[in-house]
Amino acid sequence: MELLVALIIGVLVATGVYLCLRARTFSVVLGLTLLGYGVNVFLFSMGGLKINQVAVVGASADPTDPLTQALVLTAIVIGFAMTAFLVVLALRSQGEQHSDHVDGQDGEQRS
Amino acid sequence: MTHWIIAPILIPALAGLLLLLEVRERQQLRRVTGLLSCVALIPVALVLWQQAAQGDVGVYQLGNWQAPFGIVLVLDQLSAMMLLLTAVLALPALLYGCAGDDRRGPNFHSLFQFQLMGINGAFLTGDLFNLFVFFEVLLIASYGLALHGRGTERVKAGLHYVVLNLAGSALFLIALGLIYGTTGTLNMADFAVKAQALEGSDQILLTVAVLLLWVVFGLKAALFPLYFWLPAAYANATAPVAALFAIMTKVGIYAILRMQALAFSDGPLAGLGADLLWWLALVTLALAAIGALAAQRLGGLVAYLVVMSVGTLVAALSLGDPKVVGPALYYLIHSTLICAALFLLCDLLRRSRGDSDDRLESGPPLAHGNWLGAAFFAAAVAVVGLPPLSGFVGKVALLQAVPSAPYWVLLLLAGLAGLVGLSRAGSTLFWRVHGDVVSKKLGRRRVIPMLALLLASPLLTVAAEPLLQLCGGVAEQLADQTIYIRAVLGGAS
Repeated sequence: MELLVALIIGVLVATGVYLCLRARTFSVVLGLTLLGYGVNVFLFSMGGLKINQVAVVGASADPTDPLTQALVLTAIVIGFAMTAFLVVLALRSQGEQHSDHVDGQDGEQRS
Repeated sequence: MTHWIIAPILIPALAGLLLLLEVRERQQLRRVTGLLSCVALIPVALVLWQQAAQGDVGVYQLGNWQAPFGIVLVLDQLSAMMLLLTAVLALPALLYGCAGDDRRGPNFHSLFQFQLMGINGAFLTGDLFNLFVFFEVLLIASYGLALHGRGTERVKAGLHYVVLNLAGSALFLIALGLIYGTTGTLNMADFAVKAQALEGSDQILLTVAVLLLWVVFGLKAALFPLYFWLPAAYANATAPVAALFAIMTKVGIYAILRMQALAFSDGPLAGLGADLLWWLALVTLALAAIGALAAQRLGGLVAYLVVMSVGTLVAALSLGDPKVVGPALYYLIHSTLICAALFLLCDLLRRSRGDSDDRLESGPPLAHGNWLGAAFFAAAVAVVGLPPLSGFVGKVALLQAVPSAPYWVLLLLAGLAGLVGLSRAGSTLFWRVHGDVVSKKLGRRRVIPMLALLLASPLLTVAAEPLLQLCGGVAEQLADQTIYIRAVLGGAS
């Protein structure tokens, strides 16, 4: 279980970082989204991994940590809003610069 | 009286929401709402300063939840001083914006208020996750403000700024996850207590978390190698926005100072990452000096001066010596206000130069060259740190407090580089002129806020002695964290 979650986080973050380092705005948006997913799962697992347990003290013998769920919820909401904003910004950037390169132009064009 | 603590967050939040509801065409109404909020923040900050100056640490428990479990707002002298600085900075910046820059986008005023709410919240909060949330609030507002107005350059700089800060937020969350996973708390005071007791692998994980926190705060403060976004973003932002952004890097510095004083002044984690911060800050200082010399535009030059002040401050603060904190706070107040004044002045010059914009090249003569030149001269003297203005007092106090050869050499050389850059900029802008005056009226509504900010420098100089003592008092309180921890964890207020 721990290994599986750790692998998932690792793959998500690695793909996210890889995509962030691409020079096109679309892959950067995707990369940041994946990075956000990886971080959210990481944050979630910080309360300890437990299966089939509710997050209410007294309702089960070994309740799972409710605080990390609240933290992840906040992080998801903020991350979701930021992705939407970033998509709009990327579209505007493409509209104004006629290129989806993050610097507004390709390396070949510049030289 | 206890409810005063939350007022600096509530006032801009309510004003921002009200501004969203108001009719877009009624610009005057929106201006009045925004200005009223900014004016109200000053007396509130003064009242809070009065409370904090008595030496107690005020704690406001949101929803009356007990401290380590609920979220608290904490008011000590450092927070109160930063709140006052924000309020003093925000009013002239918004007044300048009301002279016409606010028309260039529909939601300038509400974004401005939300930005203030985020900044004030970050200064007040006593909870690490809450700090993240307020960072996000101020960042989201700043994304909107950085893109306020039009221009391809602005969109490009804005995109870089947003992407970098989103990556920074992800790192912040990882750090918070590690802190919660190892210590089981996110309350700053509780964290400070529990961090001392960690051993073994938990301590290693916590070290990783803290170093990640330094990366995030370094990104906010614009520390090498994470400052490259700043010159483009600040130089391309609209003037009142750039002026307000002058406090944004200081939020990062505040966060470093707060965490360092609270949890890393003694115990097993004492001085964690301080060496790293020291050297990175010195490199920042050196590179900012080179950037200031190489700047092609006045806006870029001022942005590098902001980076220079960050290097100066972080290097001094990384020593963790309470004697340094006082002068550093004085220098922080000075550099924030003067850099903001320079951003406004830069915009005034840009307006008088027509197509030449703020590029450092021969352009049309200025309509009010003498007045603008005098203001530029005063601002340059202040920001570089020549006598008799406040930069000199601040730098002398810092140099006295930091007995280190590399710091002295770099700070003085950086000051020299700034001086050369500003002299070159001034002589180009005011003397290398050709052609006719591009007649544009300056407008009293733009000049007065700029002068008001500039006036801060002589005032800071005249009141240097009491102010330095005040800052010393703040540093003393910061050095003794038992009061803070007892106030937060000691139960009901």
